[in-house]
Amino acid sequence: MAKNPEHRDLFPGALEVMILQSLRLKPMHGYALVKHIKQVSEDLLQVEEGSLYPALQRMLKEGWLEAEAGTSTKGRPTRIYRLTDAGIRHLEKEVISFEKMFDGITRVLTVAKT
Amino acid sequence: MPWFAQLLSRGRRYDDISVSIQEHIEHRVDELMADGSSRTQAERTARREFGNVALLEQRSREVWQWPALESILADLKFTLRRLRKSPGFAVTVLLTLAIGIGANTAVFSVVNSVLLKPLPYPDSEQLVALWLNAPGAGGLANFTSGLQLSSSMYLTFSQHNRTFQSMGIWTPSTASVTGVAEPEEVRTAMISDGILETLQVPPVAGRWLSQVDQDPHGRKSVVLSYGYWQHRFGGDRRVLGRTIQVDAQSREIVGVMPRGFRLVDRDFDLLIPLALDRSNQKLAGFGYDGIGRLKPGIPLSQADADIARLIPAWMDSWSNGPGSNSHFYERWRITPGFRSLKQKVIGGVDSVLWVVMATVGLVMLIACTNVANLLLVRAESRHQELSIRSALGAGRMRIARELLIESVSLGLMGGIIAIGIAFASLRLLVAIGPTNLPRLSEVSLDARALGFTFALSVLSGLLFGSIPALRYARTQHAPMMGGANRTASAGHARLRSRNVLVVAQVAMALVLLVSALLMIRTFAALRNVQPGFADPQHLQTMRIWIPDLLVSDPQMVTHLQNNIADKLAAIPGVTSVGFAGTVPMQNIDPNWDEIRIEGKNYEAGEPPLRLFNYVSPSYFTSMGTRLVAGRDFTWTDLYGLRPRVIVSENFARESWGSASAAVGKRLRQFSSMPWQEVIGVVEDVRMHGVDENAPAIVYWPAMLNDPYAQKPTISAPRFVTFAIRSSRAGTESFLSQVQQAVWSVNGSLPLASVNTMQELYSQSLARTSFTLVMLAIAGTMALALSLIGIYGVISYTVSQRTREIGIRLALGAQKSVLRWMFVRSALILTAVGVAIGLGAAATLTQLMKKLLFGISPLDPLTFVAVPLILATAATLASYLPARRAAGVDPVEALRSE
Repeated sequence: MAKNPEHRDLFPGALEVMILQSLRLKPMHGYALVKHIKQVSEDLLQVEEGSLYPALQRMLKEGWLEAEAGTSTKGRPTRIYRLTDAGIRHLEKEVISFEKMFDGITRVLTVAKT
Repeated sequence: MPWFAQLLSRGRRYDDISVSIQEHIEHRVDELMADGSSRTQAERTARREFGNVALLEQRSREVWQWPALESILADLKFTLRRLRKSPGFAVTVLLTLAIGIGANTAVFSVVNSVLLKPLPYPDSEQLVALWLNAPGAGGLANFTSGLQLSSSMYLTFSQHNRTFQSMGIWTPSTASVTGVAEPEEVRTAMISDGILETLQVPPVAGRWLSQVDQDPHGRKSVVLSYGYWQHRFGGDRRVLGRTIQVDAQSREIVGVMPRGFRLVDRDFDLLIPLALDRSNQKLAGFGYDGIGRLKPGIPLSQADADIARLIPAWMDSWSNGPGSNSHFYERWRITPGFRSLKQKVIGGVDSVLWVVMATVGLVMLIACTNVANLLLVRAESRHQELSIRSALGAGRMRIARELLIESVSLGLMGGIIAIGIAFASLRLLVAIGPTNLPRLSEVSLDARALGFTFALSVLSGLLFGSIPALRYARTQHAPMMGGANRTASAGHARLRSRNVLVVAQVAMALVLLVSALLMIRTFAALRNVQPGFADPQHLQTMRIWIPDLLVSDPQMVTHLQNNIADKLAAIPGVTSVGFAGTVPMQNIDPNWDEIRIEGKNYEAGEPPLRLFNYVSPSYFTSMGTRLVAGRDFTWTDLYGLRPRVIVSENFARESWGSASAAVGKRLRQFSSMPWQEVIGVVEDVRMHGVDENAPAIVYWPAMLNDPYAQKPTISAPRFVTFAIRSSRAGTESFLSQVQQAVWSVNGSLPLASVNTMQELYSQSLARTSFTLVMLAIAGTMALALSLIGIYGVISYTVSQRTREIGIRLALGAQKSVLRWMFVRSALILTAVGVAIGLGAAATLTQLMKKLLFGISPLDPLTFVAVPLILATAATLASYLPARRAAGVDPVEALRSE
């Protein structure tokens, strides 16, 4: 695993929201997801493969995602992950609760500074 | 998603994961190659970055699983696959376990059904046997039933007690039934009011016997058993109200009891009301078994106290006739010693059953140690694999768990086969039907027995599995990878646990062999006992009863019996015929009389009670009972009503010093009876069984003047057992000739209890032979198992030390010295085991004391012989592998380097 000491692991709920949000833009395969999150966060966030695949399975099990079999341009089998309606609902709920949490954290940090 | 849908879609999910991960890596490879790496390099980098693919796949799959269970299942699958690969090992282990567990299950089922389960009556814990102690009653109160109740006792007790809901008395009997088919002798139970109310089992048809039926002058009724109803009347409900002839008395069938209903421990065909006549009951006649149902919450001690209070009242209310002292029985010191009915039913069989249970338990332990030994060898061969796994990070618990799963699943598989074995052996047991095993008909493999099997399977699995598990979960500290153990000599630490197992096996085998040999010695001692009759397999016995209604004149009864004896004697091959009130070991309740000897002063106390019997001329000849002095009765003695008597040798010795001195002496029962002259002395007879002392016996002639009657009256026993001496005894053709002979005299006389004397004799030895057979089987199994154990350990040592042996031989070691080296190590193990075993045996055999006869539990011969047998066997078992060691070719042994 490419360990970069500057990157911190995401906590599980966060990883799920990142994945859901990324897949909301468009369905992707696993590697694309990793790259996407890395790029968008400008290298601030790095998804561990060790967390990604079990997380994908958990989300499949919850019914937030669907796995779609396909074939790549090179003729290799692929699996594309796509958001379901339930996934969208869950994401929206989570985003609200995340915003509240960040809001709270920010306020606490601000008070602590002064 | 429902769990089953998940289960179905699982394969697809697993595919998804693999594909996804594969895809991930491929993309990364493409990327790296685009950056200019070579394909190999790119692949290596991508894989390194990704990490452990297998582990990640595993973790992703676990999302869809129940992880703990599934990994156990995986272990199980692995175990099964490994077992399939070594069928020899699997069969050996499974058979050992199946036999061990099967034997334990079978014996436990018997213990459970006989000792643990309540009696098959509602609220059976309230049921008590009305057991009276009477230390002053001489032989009247015996070990098997205490002092039985008299009918007057029942009348007093049932009327005035405060602690019982109900109580009753009963006695087993036989009756001849005529008018249904051929005259037939059936088993009856004469019951008083209160018996059925106490047992509380409702009838399947009709009603119980009630107070109406107990009126001596009222209607005559009868209740059928289920079995009799089925085989005589085909289960026809219209039998209610029908009349049958029981002992020439018409009785109306009023009810049928359900299947499996037994009167305490007796099977019966008919229940007949006792119909006691209150107006003519005496104090005496202690011939009934009493049972009662306590009021809820009343302890036995309170019932004892309640009835103790009534014993003086009983003596006040009844008498034995005018002029008799009704407080005579104070001398008997009668006290109630009530016990639970179950305890009465079980009798003395519990000691036998617990000994057998302990025995099979020990065999199971030995079997477990053998299996543990086999597993150790197996684990040893997996040593390398386990070390590698442990080096790759398998936890100690993980490896221990796998080993335990293997052993527990072996245990469970063994248990499943064992149920089959137990089922078959119980069927066999019930078929053989050891006569003195009570509640045999209730023996079955029930839920509790199956639970026991399950627990035993798991526990034994854990037991024999924990030894290799403990050993091998530890090995990771010193991983022996590569060929380390090929060049090293025997790992002493590993051998030690196997040695300990062998020592334990030898010790347990010794205990079992000692017990078995003690039983063999007991059996031999019993076989050597002179029972007082000869050549029992050529002695036919049968009982005939001549009821009052058939022949009323006692003299005619004797004539009839004489006629039958003559007809029987005329059958070809019959050398002698006689009859008596009872023959030895017939288990008919004994009769006792007070006997006074002429010239002896009894003022200090009552004369002792003596067993008596009625005999015909030639009875002793037929039985093969030796005449020690004097002569036998003749028919002239009988018909002439001469006051003659024959006594047993021990009676003669006790009374007059010697057998010859007894002839011509006189005795009588009480002062108003004329003196009776002793005309003969016969050898002692073990009336109650080979293991009971021969009682002193007085033999009255089978026809005599009734000593109790006011005016001269003839008395003759109506219930007699014929003894027919013939080399054809027991054969079908002989029996039908016997039947014809009896019927040629009177066509309505049924035969009962047709046995050869050998059968009665064997029954008397049954408890010993049953225990003996069980212990002998267990001992043999134990011996075989421990020899296999010793053989296994020595063979293993030899195989481990082949190289060392090669070196020794190359350096000039003598083969005999080498052989001795291995035999010696086996003998050392055996010696340690024997020492421990002797200590254990000395303690444990004390528990068998009750079962032994004529020898001490510390019988020196047994305690010397068994260690010698074991040592010899151990020498043999170790000699075989030792010889192989000496046969090692040094060149071959060293070439492996």
